[in-house]
Amino acid sequence: MSAADWRPGATIEVLHARAAIMRRIRDFFHARDVLEVETPVLGHAGSSDVHLDSLSLSARTPAGDTRLWLQTSPEYHMKRLLAAGSGPIFQLSRVFRDGEAGRRHNIEFTMLEWYRPGFALEELIQEVADLIETVLASPLPQVRLRRYRELFTTHFSVDPLQESPEMLAALRDHAARHAGADTTSWSRDDCCDLLMSLVIEPTLGRDGLDVVVDYPASQAALARKRRDRDGTLVASRFEVYLEGIELANGFDELTDADEQQARFEKDNQQRLALGKPCISTDQKLIDALHSGMPAGCGVALGIDRLIMLALEREDIDSVMAFSLEKC
Amino acid sequence: MASYSTNEFKGGLKVMLDGDPCNIVENEFVKPGKGQAFNRVKLRNLMTGRTWERTFKSGETLEGADVLDIDMEYLYNDGEMWHFMKTDGSFEQFAADKKAVGDTSRWLKEQVVYTITLWNDNPISVTPPNFIELEVVETDPGLKGDTAQGGSKPATLSTGAMVRVPLFINQGETLKIDTRSGEYVSRA
Repeated sequence: MSAADWRPGATIEVLHARAAIMRRIRDFFHARDVLEVETPVLGHAGSSDVHLDSLSLSARTPAGDTRLWLQTSPEYHMKRLLAAGSGPIFQLSRVFRDGEAGRRHNIEFTMLEWYRPGFALEELIQEVADLIETVLASPLPQVRLRRYRELFTTHFSVDPLQESPEMLAALRDHAARHAGADTTSWSRDDCCDLLMSLVIEPTLGRDGLDVVVDYPASQAALARKRRDRDGTLVASRFEVYLEGIELANGFDELTDADEQQARFEKDNQQRLALGKPCISTDQKLIDALHSGMPAGCGVALGIDRLIMLALEREDIDSVMAFSLEKC
Repeated sequence: MASYSTNEFKGGLKVMLDGDPCNIVENEFVKPGKGQAFNRVKLRNLMTGRTWERTFKSGETLEGADVLDIDMEYLYNDGEMWHFMKTDGSFEQFAADKKAVGDTSRWLKEQVVYTITLWNDNPISVTPPNFIELEVVETDPGLKGDTAQGGSKPATLSTGAMVRVPLFINQGETLKIDTRSGEYVSRA
C-alpha cells in the first residue's frame, strides 16, 4: 500500500471522454425513439446461468429478512417491461458477476442492454454496429458474419456441431494442446469455450467488426433455437468482437414461457452437478412470458470494454474511476 | 497443506503441479461471453526452473507447496554437496546437491549470504545476491591507453566464473559483478 492508492484508476481526462461517450449513447437511442429505463440492481431473483455467479445479500424488508440478488444483467426486469408493453427500451446499468476479475473483467461493471420488439437478429446486429461506430466516432471498415462452426473448421478442422466421438476426441486434443490442461473429462462445450477464448477470439475483429452467429444449441441461454442453413439446430444468438475483445451478446429472445421454465430447471440441474447453488426460478418472469412478451431481439454490451477500445486502453481499470482493487 | 482455488492464484504463491513445487508467476482470467470461465496461469517449476503455461477451469484447486525461501551463508563444498548455514543464529546447516545449486556454483563464495529455497526442508535452489564482490585470479596484463573506447577482455574470478572486464583491470583486483547478467559493474 502506498500513499498514492487513493487515486482513481482512470485519469480525469479519461473520465471526461467516458462521460462524452455515455452522452452519445443516450443521444443515439433517443434519436431512435428507444426509451431509457431503470430497473433494480437488487432483485428477488438471481441469474440461473450456469456460468454466472450472482452475489447475494440479506436485507431487512417489510416481508422480513429476505435474500436479495445483485443482478448479473437487467434482463429479467427489462423483459417484464417488454411484456407490459414498453416498446423498445435501453438501459445503462451496473451489474455484478462474482469471481470475474482481470484485465478485462471487474466484478461490478456497466452494461448497456437494449431490446427491440419486432427486430430480426440481422437488424439488431446492424444497430449494434451503428452504435459502436457512434461510440468510436469512426466508421467500421466492415461488419462480417462468422458462423461458429466455420470458425472451428477453419482453425481446427473440426465441426463442433457434428456430434460424434471423434469430434469430441479431436476437440479435447486441441484444447489440451493449446491450454496445457487435462481435458480428458471435459465436455464439448468446455473444449469449445476454451478454444474460442484462447485461440479464436484473439483473431476476431482485427479489420472490422466480427459477429459470430449460429452457436451450438446447448449454448442457447435465453435465445430461441432454429435450424441453420445446413439444417442443424443452433442457438439464434450472436456475439460481437472488436480487436480480439468480446463486446456484446445478442439474442433472438425466447418468448415461450414453458420453454423458459424448462431451461431454468436444466440450468439448475447443471448447477447442482457442478456443486453450485441452485437459483430459484424467477416466477414473475415466467408469468410475464405467459401473459405475452412481443417477439424480438435484445443485446447486452460491456460499456467499459467499448470505452477501452475507443480510448485505446489495455486495461479495464484505466477506464473506471475505481475498479475493485481501488474502491 | 491448504488447497488454493484459481481466484486465489497470485504471483508468488507456491503450489504443487504434476508432483513438482511451482511458483505462480501470472494468472489471467478469461471467459467467453456465455460459458465456462478459465484461468490461464503461468507457473515456474521450482525443480527445473522451466516456465509452464496451464489453463484451469475457474474454481479448480491446487494443493499448496511447502516451500520457503531462507537466507543462508555458504560454508564449503565437500566434493559432492554444497553446505550452507542459517543466519538466524541457529547454526542449522543444509546440504544442497548439484541440481539445486545449478549455475549458481560459479558465484559461490564463503561467508556470502544466499537465498536457499527449501521444499519439504530440502534445498531445491540457490539464488545468489544480485551483486557480489569477487577477486580476479587471472586476466591478461592491463593495457595502457584508450580506455574510453570501452574495450574488454576475459577474466577468471576466484569462484571460477569468467566475465568480460575493461582492459584496465588487473589480476588481484576485487570487482563488483551483477550475478543476474554475469556482467562487470565496477571496481569494488
